Amino acid sequence: MSAETAVLLAFIFMLAVVAGFELIAKVPSTLHTPLMSGSNAISGITLVGALLAAGTAGDDRVAVALGVLAVALASINVVGGYLVTDRMLEMFKKKERKDGK
Amino acid sequence: MNGPLQFVYILCAFLFILGLKLLSSPATARKGNLLSSLGMLLAVIVTLLGNKTLELQWIVVGLAAGAIVGATAARMVAMTSMPEMVALFNGFGGLASLLVAWFEYRTSPDLIAFTAGTVFVSVLIGGVTFTGSLIAWGKLSERISGKPVLFPGQHLVNILIVLTLIVGGVMFTLSPAANEPVFYGILGLTALLGVLLVIPIGGADMPVVISLLNSYSGLAACATGFVIQNTVLIVTGSLVGASGIILTRIMCKAMNRSLANVLFSGFGSTISSVKGGAEQREARSVTAEDAYVMLEAARSVAFVPGYGLAVAQAQHAARELGDLLEANGTEVRYAIHPVAGRMPGHMNVLLAEANVPYDQLVEMDAINPVMSTIDVCVIIGANDVVNPAALDDESSPIYGMPIIEAHRAGTVIIMKRSLGAGFAGIGNDLFFKDNSRMLFGDAKASLQALVAEFKDAQG
Repeated sequence: MSAETAVLLAFIFMLAVVAGFELIAKVPSTLHTPLMSGSNAISGITLVGALLAAGTAGDDRVAVALGVLAVALASINVVGGYLVTDRMLEMFKKKERKDGK
Repeated sequence: MNGPLQFVYILCAFLFILGLKLLSSPATARKGNLLSSLGMLLAVIVTLLGNKTLELQWIVVGLAAGAIVGATAARMVAMTSMPEMVALFNGFGGLASLLVAWFEYRTSPDLIAFTAGTVFVSVLIGGVTFTGSLIAWGKLSERISGKPVLFPGQHLVNILIVLTLIVGGVMFTLSPAANEPVFYGILGLTALLGVLLVIPIGGADMPVVISLLNSYSGLAACATGFVIQNTVLIVTGSLVGASGIILTRIMCKAMNRSLANVLFSGFGSTISSVKGGAEQREARSVTAEDAYVMLEAARSVAFVPGYGLAVAQAQHAARELGDLLEANGTEVRYAIHPVAGRMPGHMNVLLAEANVPYDQLVEMDAINPVMSTIDVCVIIGANDVVNPAALDDESSPIYGMPIIEAHRAGTVIIMKRSLGAGFAGIGNDLFFKDNSRMLFGDAKASLQALVAEFKDAQG
């Protein structure tokens, strides 16, 4: 990797951290649990790296094991994280929309 | 890396950011989560389509296994168990990032120094996240004791491990191909470090720990992004990293403790002596019938839930009582302390599950100024977060912690099994105040008894 690429990646990192702080600070405390499970799902983005690994492992058994396990774990995060977040957010209702029993 | 692929990754990153932005209101949050998941789907599809040489058989195996496990877990988990689930998922994310970095090293050991350095960071953060999360999961689900585990020389051992890791990391970074045993040593030590860092932390400090591990799981993904030079991993990982750090800071502030104090002090491991005279005083106990009379006459009521509500699964009974009070013309609010429960926002989710509308959920800073206008404050399984010693007893370990000032309400009804101390191991003066009444017993049973009283009265 060239020094230029490294600097560019570091620059992107810095901007994303700043954006993250700004965005998350605005999330109300009532949604902090869905925020955590949702960001859990997002951190499953490592799935992209895992796919590239599992797909290029070739005949090296250890490499195959590393790749497949990474794909499986990351997709647990992605699928489970998004679904459980949706399940939780569905429950947050405003008073007006509450239909009596 | 090909060009068009990178452009689609920008769109994915944008969808993640938009998703987080929509999370700023409960009304739009669900849409935000959907957009975010679309971004993820897009990232996966583009990665598969954009790299034609990928062999799909192993990918399909991994994806299918992960999707089945993830979907099942998401469907089955009880809302009271959310903290454990999030802890476990944090750990999986960290391990996945570690494995990807390990794979890079395995398939091309002759890495340049920058990449080798990022492999080291990724393994370090991923490993600590994984084993640390497993311990947190064990404590939260009570598979292992929630008590802090302390041993002599603990800090020294940790410092030695960290120093060894730094030396190993430098050796590995400088010549990765020649240092394969060092790499495996690093793997083992990071796993051990994760365990050692979390065992001294008590159950009620878990909100801080899982927020921090949440942040680590993002940073691990970010480090892996540097390893494989993938921008979408870097952007997304840092968003999650920032999120976890903010939550950690909020939790620490709500306990008036520094992060270092939470992580290293073994808080809650010793029962400090109860302040003089507290045992001699008598708490006034009431029956459900007496409590009903007080609630029936109240114009405004605030419920203060704590971890005891989750343990007793009392959220539905609380909402039922709240509904009956509202039908009786009483103004009902639920006052929620930031660290009530075992993870940030834990109480809010439980009450939302029981159909409490979110506009009735009030934050600590909003309820305290109007506390003196509230006729009856009902404490359901909360203790330290309503302990007035935090305000006026300088010798108390929790002195300075912001609390919900329930003692300033007209009457306080406390639902509790006994007069026992809370997590901090300190007695609670609130139980002995003139305006306090203890309603002993299981929180759910007490709430149901009150509900029955109301129903009887209505005939």
